[in-house]
Amino acid sequence: MMFVREALLVSGKDLRIERRAKVTLSQVVPFAAIVLLLFAFALDPDRGVLTRAAPGLFWVAVLLASLLAVSRSFALEAENGARDALRLSGLDPMAIFLGKTLAVLAQLLVLEAVLTVGVVVLYDMALRSLLPLVLATVAATIGIAATGIVYGVLTAGLRLRETLVPLLVLPVVTPALLGATRAWEASVDGVPGEAWPWVAVLAAFALISATIGLLAFGPLLEES
Amino acid sequence: MPLVVSLRSAVCLLGRFPALAGVDLDVAAGEVVLVSGANGAGKTTLLRLLAGLVPLRAGTATVLGHDLAADPRSHRRELALVGHDTFCYDDLTVAENLAFAARAADHPPAPTDLLEQLDLARLAPVAHRDLSTGQRRRLSLAIALAREPRLLLLDEPHAGLDVVGRAVLDTALATASRDGRTALLASHELDQARTLASREVELVAGRAVGGRREESPTVLPASEDAPR
Repeated sequence: MMFVREALLVSGKDLRIERRAKVTLSQVVPFAAIVLLLFAFALDPDRGVLTRAAPGLFWVAVLLASLLAVSRSFALEAENGARDALRLSGLDPMAIFLGKTLAVLAQLLVLEAVLTVGVVVLYDMALRSLLPLVLATVAATIGIAATGIVYGVLTAGLRLRETLVPLLVLPVVTPALLGATRAWEASVDGVPGEAWPWVAVLAAFALISATIGLLAFGPLLEES
Repeated sequence: MPLVVSLRSAVCLLGRFPALAGVDLDVAAGEVVLVSGANGAGKTTLLRLLAGLVPLRAGTATVLGHDLAADPRSHRRELALVGHDTFCYDDLTVAENLAFAARAADHPPAPTDLLEQLDLARLAPVAHRDLSTGQRRRLSLAIALAREPRLLLLDEPHAGLDVVGRAVLDTALATASRDGRTALLASHELDQARTLASREVELVAGRAVGGRREESPTVLPASEDAPR
């Protein structure tokens, strides 16, 4: 109970700051929308290619935007020595990990909802099998958020963290990109049977990422 | 009185530089100890060692009954550090920063009297980013006191404060001392700090002068309800 209370305390703090600063709304969502628009401009001559590639383009945009959300999550802790305050707070490091992951997860889910409207409108993508699509999205986003938080704290104390986070995170979240794209393709094509194996892969990826994060976050926070 | 802090030949490195080069220090429960010394003498590193924020490289260190070499984290919920940084979030208000710190330490949100004691009540809805330097220092102390720490570590608490701010801070520290809290106060402003302290220890090139007590009492045992 204490663990959950502490995790909600941290996520509540991060989301309250986000609500004030509006970085997700004013920077992350517009950035991802611009990426989608650029894809649309680049592939517009062949509308069929754009529609077929829509799931992959959507998830590339999500991944790129998630890097901003993760960087922002640890930029908060860089100001005024707040990272030391977190270490001194007495909060369970696992609860801090869970809280920060939940906050990034919530922001990414909002981003994905907006971008989904974007791909439907811009890319003429039809959403046919919603259940596997939603489950794949949630599982992939948990994996991306958890992985991002692990590498975020790993690089938190480094001068080059802004450039290191993409280099470290993007290769590791390849399974999420692959699985989510395949699950979305199957859902868009209306063949949910082909989506479920990918949903299972994404669930496993989310579970592994979250477990590694829970175990590694404390030592990484101490060393960062 | 039992010892809250007991260091023997404690060594801390900043890179390869020995910021603490074998410090002996005893602090008994309820004492307010002034740590003086020139720039670079190791005052900040000493406080960060006691908070478990920098590792002990050699020697022994026991704080609030916990051996820092074996476990530098378990005692943190029982102490508070007022450092050079305010440890606050710019986009949160005074009240929100205070409430977060108090709840994190498993205490109820900070009472209004703490805000009034530090002349912060009217600033409760103001964001940290909009505070002056002196107001930030007072908020920093309020956050420390909201945790109801057994050990208070203060690094240059008077820096950036005007006369009124210093008076408010000194009153709060005197109250904390009367409440039985143990405090280590690192400062260059010796006249002001000496009025608050019951004893002075000088750090010279990473070593403490006058740190060890002649009559060494027993080391405080770790509290049984302290988180592990």
